[in-house]
Amino acid sequence: MLLYIVKHLARAVGVFLTVTFATFVVMYGNGAGVARATLGMNASAQDVQRRMADLGLDRPLFVQYFDWLGGLFTGDLGRSYYTGQSVAGALGVRVPVTMSLIIVTLVLTVIISVFLGVAAAYYRGWVDRTVQVVAGLGAAIPSFIVAVVLVLVFAVNNPILPATGYVRPTDSVSGWLASITLPVISILIGTLGAAQIRGSVIDVLSRDFVRTLRARGISERAVVFRHVLRSASGPGIIAFGLLVVAMFGGTIFVEQVFALPGMGQLLNQSAQAGDVPMVMGCVLVTTIVVLVVNLIADLSNALLNPKARTR
Amino acid sequence: MSSAPDTVALVTTLAPRAKARPVIVQVLRNPVGAVCLVYIALVVVVGVFASMIAPMNPNATDLSMTNAPLFTDGYLLGGDSSGRDVLSRLIYGVRETLIGCVLVLGVSLILGVVAGLIAGYYRGTVERVTDFISDAIMTLPGIAFLIALYASVGPNMPLAMMVFGVIVAPTFFRLVRAVVVTVRGELYVDAAKVVGLSDVRIVGRHVLWAVRGPVVIHSAGILAAGIGIQAGLAFIGLGDPSVPSWGIILQESFQDIYRNPAGVIWPALIISVTILSFVLLGNVLRDVLQASGSAHTLRPARRRALVRQAKESPAEESVVSDDVVLSIRGLRMGYPDGPDSVHEVLHGVDLDLHRGEIHGLVGESGSGKSQIAFSILGILPAEAVPLGGSIVTGGVDVLRDDAGLRQVRGRRIGYIPQEPMSNLDPSFTVGDQLVYGLRAARKMSKTAARDRVRALLERVGITDADRVMTLYPHEISGGMAQRVLICGAIASDPDVIIADEPTTALDVTVQAEVLELLRELSLERGLAMVLVTHNLGVVADLCQSVSVMRDGEIVERGSVEKILSAPENPYTQELLTSSKSVELMEVGK
Repeated sequence: MLLYIVKHLARAVGVFLTVTFATFVVMYGNGAGVARATLGMNASAQDVQRRMADLGLDRPLFVQYFDWLGGLFTGDLGRSYYTGQSVAGALGVRVPVTMSLIIVTLVLTVIISVFLGVAAAYYRGWVDRTVQVVAGLGAAIPSFIVAVVLVLVFAVNNPILPATGYVRPTDSVSGWLASITLPVISILIGTLGAAQIRGSVIDVLSRDFVRTLRARGISERAVVFRHVLRSASGPGIIAFGLLVVAMFGGTIFVEQVFALPGMGQLLNQSAQAGDVPMVMGCVLVTTIVVLVVNLIADLSNALLNPKARTR
Repeated sequence: MSSAPDTVALVTTLAPRAKARPVIVQVLRNPVGAVCLVYIALVVVVGVFASMIAPMNPNATDLSMTNAPLFTDGYLLGGDSSGRDVLSRLIYGVRETLIGCVLVLGVSLILGVVAGLIAGYYRGTVERVTDFISDAIMTLPGIAFLIALYASVGPNMPLAMMVFGVIVAPTFFRLVRAVVVTVRGELYVDAAKVVGLSDVRIVGRHVLWAVRGPVVIHSAGILAAGIGIQAGLAFIGLGDPSVPSWGIILQESFQDIYRNPAGVIWPALIISVTILSFVLLGNVLRDVLQASGSAHTLRPARRRALVRQAKESPAEESVVSDDVVLSIRGLRMGYPDGPDSVHEVLHGVDLDLHRGEIHGLVGESGSGKSQIAFSILGILPAEAVPLGGSIVTGGVDVLRDDAGLRQVRGRRIGYIPQEPMSNLDPSFTVGDQLVYGLRAARKMSKTAARDRVRALLERVGITDADRVMTLYPHEISGGMAQRVLICGAIASDPDVIIADEPTTALDVTVQAEVLELLRELSLERGLAMVLVTHNLGVVADLCQSVSVMRDGEIVERGSVEKILSAPENPYTQELLTSSKSVELMEVGK
């Protein structure tokens, strides 16, 4: 088990370095371009040179990358080129907004997916077809289209819920709930994992031991929820790990529609402004969360499987 | 070489044949497929000839037409916030969508399919390297990366779509590699290698043919995702505002949503409909290309009618003596072989089991032995359709009375399965699943159940019962697993045991021990057993009476002595002769 954890940890670190370095090269590869973007198109060559020296962009790319990487440990990820705000400070304000969206969406996704997936796998027939069509269409329609329609229906035509803005749960729980309801629904519709749950429940239901458990007089409810779901939860957890990645994509669009001051909005605004340190900070947080979630999913999957656990 | 054409022909006949009708015709014959395909064709035509079809210049502003309603002065879909014709802008937007689609699909197909073919065909180091790259790309937070890209290159839709193509290429890679690995192992590629076809010809002729279906289906999904990402990036402000695209149009109308709420409808609609038509087309293609004719399902109404008919048919009355613990009369069972028809596999089976009797049920595989065993316990697959008859035990007809069946199962009747290892739940310890099963059947405290299970495990010959109860199924041997399952069957003190080939999966020495255990338990507890087996030696060893089955019917029954020494039915005679010759062969080894 320890070896398993170490192996997965090492792989995650490897992927982290690869992904951040690739992004870093794309971002800082053209140092003169980065410097010029902060000065405007009419800046002279000397101005650009001076600016590059100021920002440290004239150093070799590797040196810049390791400098940035070292900042991870000191908490110094640089400062915005435009506002002078520290990247770490900005992320500290923005990330909780995005995380509150994702955590609420994830909890709902798990509950609804398990319910729909088990129902579809157990009853088959029309229940199965309906669940598959609903989950399939939900996954196909982009979250921003759902968001736009929700704004049109629930904020513009029938002003029931706020269309913009974020209320912190520490200020008002009901206000917070109202401010995230439409955004959460917009993401949720695209990230129902019912199909994966359905698939693994169907697989487990067909195994021999289920027949034996039934023959032993165990109730259907206990067979499905105690035994079948336990064996099906491994693949399900891996699927939810991938859905968290999809949710991060969804929040970027949805935060834009609902003007939520989250990390997705920060990333989008910084990218449009050419604020490279901010963009790098957002990519960093996203990559770390994606890797950590997948790592947790892999490890819980192993923990649920006695064969892997006792090895 | 003159023989080459012949061997190629041989290899081709071994490869799976294409359906007689072309795929496109099959898709068009499906109503959903036809609608989607016609819509997509229409979109393509409109995009290619946008400049001829659009009624206006998409960027021409007319302030008097600002937010104009539908059908105003030639503005069929009204005007936008700058007084431009919405319809013309949407028509020009098709062009951007088409370019995006071509780029995403082109890049991801070329990268993914080529890498997948190479990795799947050559395996080894090539596969490991491509695998690592594919994993790294899939871990990349794709959309965040696309947005970050904007910071260094500005609005550049073609580049963004090509990068998105790279991001989704691993999905093609994995798909193609998996198919290639399977196909490569199959007979016809081996045959092609033997006759000396070059790698390129093998890949071209056989492997590409096998991957085309999955690739076409997946392409539809990639196109849908590409359209969504393209519109989404433009919608959040990463598009070029001077070029009309669906995402830009949606963004502009959304910013004006409070003054002109209806404005968002047209771009949102065209984006959704286009994406949906690709998704639905993908589903139709999957049905057409991966049609599996094997699984038949009965129409729900037909199933209900058949089940009602079986339940309402009067149970055959028979004089049943007091010591009969299980009585089957006229049992008929079937499986669907079409939406309205059922293929009968049991044609009216009668069977009486007396207290303490061990009754053998023999016959070749497919004769219906296991169907009878599963029917008694109500654990047949969900597709099975009861067609008539009755199974009465303890005054309950388990075919007609579902609540009664649940009362009988595990309490009055126990079940010993065939494969010991696959019949234990791998996620629970031996002790946990036995105790839980016992408490489901009999109301008793956890400690009492635990004590009883421990005592029974010792009774079935497990010496260190306490330790075994803490083990998971993968930690015990097959013989021990079968003892655990026997313990599970007798734990709740049933009157009847249904044993389905209980020794087939075990070693010969363990087989004898398990049979001896079953005999002892039967004597000790007055247990009646139905022993399903194909082995006449087991019958001779353990049973008092026997039924011989063939094609869903019992052809002969009687005491073991009579059947084994003086069989009347020709099939029984044949079965006896062949089983003796097998024994002789085994002795001869």
